[in-house]
Amino acid sequence: MELICPAGTPAAFREALEAGADAVYCGFRDETNARNFPGLNFSREELRQSIALARRKNVQTFVALNTFMRAGDEALWYSAADDAVALGADALILADFGLMAYVAERYPQQRLHVSVQASASNPDAIRFLVETFNAKRVVLPRVLTVQDIARLTSQIDCEVEIFVFGGLCVMAEGRCSLSSYATGKSPNMNGVCSPASHVRYREEGGSLVSELGAYTINRFGSGEASGYPTLCKGRFDVAGAEGYTFEDPVSLDVIDEIDALRAAGVSALKIEGRQRGRAYVAEVVSVLKKALGATSAERAPLVSRLRTLSEGQRTTSGAYDKRWR
Amino acid sequence: MKKKRAALSLGPIYYLWDGPKWRDFYFRIADEADVEHVTLGETVCSKRQHFSEPHAAEVIERLEAGGKQVTLSTLAMVTLERECRHVRDLIRDSDHKVEANDLSALGLLKGQRHSIGPLVNVYNAATARALAARGAQNICLPPELPAGSIRQMLYAMPDFSFELFAFGRMPLAISARCAHARSKGLTKDNCQFVCGEHPDGLPLRTLDRQSFLVLNGVQTMSNSCAVLLDDLAPLVDAGLARVRLSPQDCDMVRVAEIYRAVLDQRVDGSAALSDLFRIYPDIPFSNGFLHQREGAAWVARGRSAALTLG
Amino acid sequence: MPHLPPLLAKPVDIAPLWLVERVARMIFSCVLKAHPDLFARLGDYRESRYCFSPSDLQLHFRVVPATQALSVSRGTPPPADAHIEGPIALLLGLLEGRCDADALFFSRDLSVSGDMEAMLALRNTLDDSAIDLPRVIGSFGGPFSPVVTGFARYIRTRVLEGRETAWN
Repeated sequence: MELICPAGTPAAFREALEAGADAVYCGFRDETNARNFPGLNFSREELRQSIALARRKNVQTFVALNTFMRAGDEALWYSAADDAVALGADALILADFGLMAYVAERYPQQRLHVSVQASASNPDAIRFLVETFNAKRVVLPRVLTVQDIARLTSQIDCEVEIFVFGGLCVMAEGRCSLSSYATGKSPNMNGVCSPASHVRYREEGGSLVSELGAYTINRFGSGEASGYPTLCKGRFDVAGAEGYTFEDPVSLDVIDEIDALRAAGVSALKIEGRQRGRAYVAEVVSVLKKALGATSAERAPLVSRLRTLSEGQRTTSGAYDKRWR
Repeated sequence: MKKKRAALSLGPIYYLWDGPKWRDFYFRIADEADVEHVTLGETVCSKRQHFSEPHAAEVIERLEAGGKQVTLSTLAMVTLERECRHVRDLIRDSDHKVEANDLSALGLLKGQRHSIGPLVNVYNAATARALAARGAQNICLPPELPAGSIRQMLYAMPDFSFELFAFGRMPLAISARCAHARSKGLTKDNCQFVCGEHPDGLPLRTLDRQSFLVLNGVQTMSNSCAVLLDDLAPLVDAGLARVRLSPQDCDMVRVAEIYRAVLDQRVDGSAALSDLFRIYPDIPFSNGFLHQREGAAWVARGRSAALTLG
Repeated sequence: MPHLPPLLAKPVDIAPLWLVERVARMIFSCVLKAHPDLFARLGDYRESRYCFSPSDLQLHFRVVPATQALSVSRGTPPPADAHIEGPIALLLGLLEGRCDADALFFSRDLSVSGDMEAMLALRNTLDDSAIDLPRVIGSFGGPFSPVVTGFARYIRTRVLEGRETAWN
């Protein structure tokens, strides 16, 4: 199985190459990708240099253009696709049907991967994407169990990539307007979930309160591990009971399931975290690279090392385990 | 120039209502509501299907007798074998037009006249064209689209039927996990249909007691009710074909009456608004998405007048 | 939690502000010399006022990237657009992009307030910059450069013992 690694900066890209990535995915510094954070991502020139570096190491570069084209501003997405193709991206990771149609028609030779944001969660959906846009690979939404994945791969003529480590969307990806409801910035159209411009932290009697827009998202007691101010990992009040309504502040970790995923016919394992620092990329990629070549007994101690890097300093196997539902 | 007219359309009930409540709601819609289109069928959770299915045939018959165009809705999230089969069977066997709410339905409906629901991501005309080329005849746009995007699409495809989500709590997210069951200490597989206890959603508030969202099984919806009233006329002039009302647990016949009156310019927006407040009380209204603001925001009339000129 | 050895913290505590400021400015200008395009990634956030408060030093460092201004103060923190507080060793680790800021925030070792967009832009900028402080400090040690660099590296390792997961 290939190891697909995140890079938010050229420095992180180099770390991923050093640490043993089979492919690195990244995006341009604008709204065309779903990690559109200030100071993050690649200029055209940075991408050109990074691709050249990756080529020398025989590593592939995937360019994520995985937001939805805002009507009236389509040119931004079209030119990003043109440039990514011209710069030699090994694959484009797309979510918007209009953009897929554009790439499939203009650049029939270009490898097209379906982003997790497209939410293709079953064989008929994937067949639709293969037939209509000639998709070669689909990144599965984090809503399926390992058994679901095994059943799915046997029914489709398309490679499957899945997330194994990092941030965890609790909601079906690309189908969530919670952040946009609170802030007016849309993950789908602007590429930001819980935009920093709308995040506030305040100290309140020893506890740390996080707010998104006008809404209180969490209150952490002193010393309690904290997480991102994302709505799906916020603490709320439902019928008088306070708690994590959707999910605790945790990260995804299914490294223990590597053998089962391989048996299920998964082609590539993906690490989330283009918004994380290069220290994180180096650490996670090298541990996962080792884990892929290790026996299951050797794997456990490797994995526990990664836990300290995680949100809330805890991990979950998420929807890959049926009991999570 | 001939004044353009937009049709009223009733979206599927997103909540779990018990069989008789579901049936009686549609009987009344069939007999009394001034709507041209009705889309129905379980959209949120496949586990709920058996509640409404026994009544579907008589409901469809009554709606058609009442002169309504009936469309059948498909599931928003399809992951299980059983769910895939259900979508396939529905599309193969249905005599009615089908509304796709996920990619599997989109694929299976190729070459067949169909509709696209607001849970499919159609953000631009390029996407709408790609879907129209495959047989889509009507697209209800996602609630988070700003007016600028909607106008762009109306302009790019003047002969196509676009629909706008104009009343109801907005579907904001869907998950493999059931937060509604989780709130009662249950899991999705063993949910005991607790979502049925909240026919208008289970309110979720922040730790500072701000009303924010409601839970509806695996779906998360806005606490506020989308209300686009004053905002409609310029969009209808630009070619908007249909206006969708999403059922809440309130007098939807009366809601339809108010929207019809506003669309026909028999009632002005502010009078309609105070009527709506009476029919669906204690729920804040919102139209922020349309105005490119946070979805929860309410932009009052003065501002929306500026928008139509802009 | 990493702390500066008392032998190092004490002199900084009692040193006159002007001296601390002078040393800090010297390091800052050396960093800028070694990384002339350091703040390109910041975009509009070059204009922001950033305040760094090492919790173990009773000092505040305020930096405005656009004007390359740096000032040092004691007591209440100066007005700033974005404020970050934590042990000096971790702040320096962040400056070098060697620590994962998110992980330190999750563990509550760092606290941040103010304009989060400015903070994020700075974090990402530093993360891409590959600043090597011991080398920078060594560069003004004249003929003793290798000694100074070596000593600085030794301190860096000492103060971050036990944090190897967040440290390259």
